[in-house]
Amino acid sequence: MTTLELLQSYWWLLVAVLGAVLVFLLFVQGGQSMILELSGDNSRSLVINSLGRKWELTFTTLVVFGGAFFASFPLFYSTSFGGAYWLWMLILLSFVLQAVSYEFRRKKGNLYGTSTYDIFLMFNGLFGCVLLGVAVAMMFFGGEFTINKNNLLDVAAPVISRWAPTHGLEAIFSWKNLLLGFAVFFLARTQAALYFINNIESTDVFARRLRNKVLVNGLIFAVLFVAFLALILLSDGLRETAGGFVIESNLYLHNLLEMWPLTVVLLIGVVMVLYAIGRSAFCAAYRCGIWWSGIGTVLVVIVLLLIAGWNHTAYYPSLVDPASSLTIANSSSSLFTLKVMSWVSVVIPFVIAYIAIVWRKMNNKPLTADELDNESHKY
Amino acid sequence: MNDLLGVVDWSRAQFALTAMYHWLFVPLTIGLSLMLAIMETIYVRTGKESWKGITKFWMTLFGINFACGVATGIILEFEFGTNWSNYSWFVGDIFGAPLAIEGLLAFFMEATFVAVMFFGWNKVSKRFHLASTWLTAVGVSLSALWILVANAWMQNPVGMAFDPDRMRNVMDNFWEVAFNSVAMNKFFHAVFSGWVLAGVFVIGISSWLLWRKRNVDAAVKSIKVGSWFGLIGMLLTLYTGDGSAVEVARVQPMKLAAMEGLYDGKVGQELIAFGIYNNEKKPGDDRDAMHFEISLPYGLSVLANHDPDSFVPGINDLINGIALTADGDTIDTVSYAERIEQGKSARAALARYGEARAAGDSTAMEMALADIRADYKYFGYGFFDSVEEAVPPVAMTFYAFRIMVMAGGYLMLLFVVLIIVCYKKIKVLERPWLHWVGILSIPIVWICSQAGWVVAEVGRQPWVIQDLMPTRAAVSAIQSSSVELTFWIFAVLFTLMLAAEISIMLRYISKASKNNIEQHD
Repeated sequence: MTTLELLQSYWWLLVAVLGAVLVFLLFVQGGQSMILELSGDNSRSLVINSLGRKWELTFTTLVVFGGAFFASFPLFYSTSFGGAYWLWMLILLSFVLQAVSYEFRRKKGNLYGTSTYDIFLMFNGLFGCVLLGVAVAMMFFGGEFTINKNNLLDVAAPVISRWAPTHGLEAIFSWKNLLLGFAVFFLARTQAALYFINNIESTDVFARRLRNKVLVNGLIFAVLFVAFLALILLSDGLRETAGGFVIESNLYLHNLLEMWPLTVVLLIGVVMVLYAIGRSAFCAAYRCGIWWSGIGTVLVVIVLLLIAGWNHTAYYPSLVDPASSLTIANSSSSLFTLKVMSWVSVVIPFVIAYIAIVWRKMNNKPLTADELDNESHKY
Repeated sequence: MNDLLGVVDWSRAQFALTAMYHWLFVPLTIGLSLMLAIMETIYVRTGKESWKGITKFWMTLFGINFACGVATGIILEFEFGTNWSNYSWFVGDIFGAPLAIEGLLAFFMEATFVAVMFFGWNKVSKRFHLASTWLTAVGVSLSALWILVANAWMQNPVGMAFDPDRMRNVMDNFWEVAFNSVAMNKFFHAVFSGWVLAGVFVIGISSWLLWRKRNVDAAVKSIKVGSWFGLIGMLLTLYTGDGSAVEVARVQPMKLAAMEGLYDGKVGQELIAFGIYNNEKKPGDDRDAMHFEISLPYGLSVLANHDPDSFVPGINDLINGIALTADGDTIDTVSYAERIEQGKSARAALARYGEARAAGDSTAMEMALADIRADYKYFGYGFFDSVEEAVPPVAMTFYAFRIMVMAGGYLMLLFVVLIIVCYKKIKVLERPWLHWVGILSIPIVWICSQAGWVVAEVGRQPWVIQDLMPTRAAVSAIQSSSVELTFWIFAVLFTLMLAAEISIMLRYISKASKNNIEQHD
């Protein structure tokens, strides 16, 4: 393996880690989707304030995920964002609405009323999760694009990547993509309930409702996830060879078998998520499910993204021109840039460390109604 | 071709809309975050609860504004992909790095510590909270640094080489990109202008408190802090603005010429203090560029070269190939007509290189590569058919520059007057006319700030990357109707957001000021 190939694999791993952390942090969106269901007493206020102290981490992780993709795999950034225009615009729109809603919803003079901002939060909760799931699913099921770098020489039509005229709408209405989209959505809801159990000092009635939500959403997620996993393991994929791209049956299954440690990690992750769901649903005193589920989710998503991109696999297959498909080799930045960015990535452990310290300091006790009553800055 | 131009125009409109809305919120975040850190430091050092109350009052306003900055910021980053996909490929190898570094170094710091700032008063120690407030301010400025490094690189592309095999530019010197001289001036100029804006914001709101005779003590304290903060910010903004002008004269002389509406330069060039630009004026014709002007003798020569007897080239001079060296000497360089020829020649050589590569003809590849290297400097000009296409919109650049300078001069005067009043003539602070001067200065500082960016971004047209890629070659292959629709969606959404922010701020200020701000909780 050359240094370039090594760094391409390293950066794909980092992108996978960021994507996986993002999927974990989507519990914020999952929680937002439940705010109508969790009304009564102080519940909605507690739920929104509990989420409101974390929403920026999710938001920031999405932005950094985009930035890391841009720096390391610019051809993906160029092709996917400029091509699947409507998919990405809807995702962005939902996050714009989220960004102002927490701060504005309870403020006097917010012009549109608290319920409008709550609808925005629910919109982001549903569409943010489902559409991000759709975007990730395209890494397995492909998109309708072509790339021709010689277009740059054509003054009248210089754009190198072109997409189907529906520009991402076709991806949103693909059942395969939606399968992962809704799996992400129900995972986010499951994890939101786990997070509330951990982060909010709740009454017995509220705690029972949360545990019930863990069970119901967890089961729906499990069914959708198993269906998605089965679908990709039985699907064809594109592998890059010396002679070009070839279609390979059960490519992702082969990748799991050829990179068997990933299979082990995947199984560990799945078991952790299932353990968190099972124990949290049936054990009234158990509050740590979010951590088991969170770590498990991160492991599973990392493996899914690695089998999509490593081992000469096309991580963004073109459905109309296989030769245009993206691999980590043909879409990456130059060796020099990857080296520079790899040095920059040395700061990641420090970033994780200070986030962990702050999280611990701010969340050493669950949020209570009394604390909220005495809080000057609340949502 | 028509739809391509439609996409270009709507994409430019959408990016301008997003950037201008973003810049309504960001400078206040930059300035106010530092001011909060200073106020909280006074609280921690003196132990006076009144400073805690004042800090929390301004912190609430900071939070309302911060949310809108975050909301508009995410669109900006992703628009490089959604609307400028060709650009993202052509220079993504270089441009993506500062954006990723911004995320890693700055965004996480802001997002993490801003939560402590808002919710940590009763959860962490005083010192940890103060450190969090400072780290939020540092994170905000770091974010500005890396995005301005990225922006400056577009205006002065350095530390790169062209890779003909992959049809893109690649980074070959990170430090040149990071410490690009244009970036350093831009960063400090933008950050210090944020200090000015925050200073005026605090003065304006405090003036309203004085006018309503509410919280007079807190208002006077805030005006003192705001005036000093603003004055220091303004002096530093002037200093870095001077540095920027010198850089522009070297790196983007066409922008400087457009800022002045200058077509035919001369030695000892005057600076137009006030003028009415002739919209009929075209490069090379005999019309006067100005219907009317009041000028400062030698002003532009001093601004551009720090030498009253130096030559400053105008638009016609530049088109004809007369420019300045890095040392300020006049040289006869490549005319724009020749640049267009060289750009087309580089494009043809690139086509030949591709054909030779496909045929495996290494000799032909070498020859084509030599031709590419010889002419690549003007690659972007190859997209033009006439030299006029390389001239930015002069009127908008000219007027925006004047608005920025005049508003800046007024604000400087405001800070000086207020400092004198606060320390020598405190009674004057009771005069209603002064209160209204303070209140009405709020829109002026925002107009000043926006005008500065109009100069920087309109003045660099038609380039998305100076000399290498014109804006029209940088777009995505989408229908113009799609971009038009998203433009209007964002226009409506951002306007509604801005209306809500202003309304919330006004209601909050009105309500909070009925109680003692110094006991604010």
